[in-house]
Amino acid sequence: MSPPIVILGAGLAGHSVARELRKLDKAVRITMVAADSGAYYSKPSLSNAFRAGKTADGLVIGSAVDMSRQLDIEILADTTVDAIEVSNRRLFMNGKPIEYSRLVLALGADPIKLPLDGNAIAAPSNVNDLASYALLREKLADAHDVAIIGAGLVGCEFANDLADAGYRVTVIDSMAQALGRMCPPECAIALQEALSLLGVRWCLGRQVKGMTADGSRSVIDLDSGEKIHCDVVLSAIGLRPRTSIARQAGLATSYGIVTDSYLGTSAEGVYAIGDCAEMHGRVRAFVMPIMIGARALAQTLAGNKTDVRYPHMPVAVKTPALPLVVLPPEQGADGAWQIIGTGANRRALFRDQKDNVRGFIVTGSFANEKASILKSMTAA
Amino acid sequence: MKKWQCIVCGFVYDESEGWPAEGIQPGTRWEDVPNEWVCPDCGVTKMDFEMLEIVA
Repeated sequence: MSPPIVILGAGLAGHSVARELRKLDKAVRITMVAADSGAYYSKPSLSNAFRAGKTADGLVIGSAVDMSRQLDIEILADTTVDAIEVSNRRLFMNGKPIEYSRLVLALGADPIKLPLDGNAIAAPSNVNDLASYALLREKLADAHDVAIIGAGLVGCEFANDLADAGYRVTVIDSMAQALGRMCPPECAIALQEALSLLGVRWCLGRQVKGMTADGSRSVIDLDSGEKIHCDVVLSAIGLRPRTSIARQAGLATSYGIVTDSYLGTSAEGVYAIGDCAEMHGRVRAFVMPIMIGARALAQTLAGNKTDVRYPHMPVAVKTPALPLVVLPPEQGADGAWQIIGTGANRRALFRDQKDNVRGFIVTGSFANEKASILKSMTAA
Repeated sequence: MKKWQCIVCGFVYDESEGWPAEGIQPGTRWEDVPNEWVCPDCGVTKMDFEMLEIVA
């Protein structure tokens, strides 16, 4: 019996590869290894779970047992892989060697931690999986004031969700506007104003210097001298791809695990997908690239080598106070934003020196222009 | 006419609006949306995700 295809990681990427492969090949053995419970859930759903009153269990779409039956795969939950030996096509779990025919690394990413001074008894919370979401819910049970460090996509979505759920929210970021470099100031300000109407307080252009405990509360010291008192601190300052096990195995890594157009790593038979993977210099930590990547990778694993072709993939910022659809121009793109509209209704186009549209943002009444703007853009 | 929500990303399909950008006319019921259709926001195929009927 030949060894199975092993998928390390049971997040959206891991589960999607398993599902897509099973559609193409009913017979191949598939083993998924999960460091956590292996339950199938959707990360985007974490961003509106508070106002929806969902517990972590309530966010589970299918338990590991459910998914294992549905897809006819083996799922090893609560299992950590110690090492990968690519020359022998095997990995080590609890000291035991397990062989693989092909290996898919779907390890995800870790929340970046704030470097903090101060005698903080507890580090800030972050949310990047069901377990951390459950912990945050516990902490928030008796809380009123929440500080969110990071005004990016996740910080803004949580600010909206928690404000809707009745918390008093303060958002802190070192940048002068929400959503960082994703959009021009007019659009960021529109979002900030919409969230301010829900009571969200903004401390932008401020760095966090330290955090200390004050009884059961926390005090955040900003470089402006201000002190933010709160019950819970949620840090959402970015994600770092999980690469250490790949690096230890000798695979090429940069910010993420480096892959080619087939999601193949530098080791034959080893692939990487999702928040841990870096294809052509970019880590794409969103659902759509995972879905597109999983379909292509499943074809490759089933014997039909298929490269991944990403179209332009705008990101929906799911802040109900002011939903936005954002396609940032690539880093280093030379051009300027042209913005029309007022208040909550904006269309911003990033045009380069040849007048080509290289990025856009639409909100409100311009939201339905997304499809036509995408059509007008040259292929990704 | 009903509204349906993508369980993966929260995108809402409103039967009364359809999805004209891809030729799905207003008034098209969810069961009549083609199986090859993917969620416009997150790319999950129709067959693979649950749409929850949401009460307006």
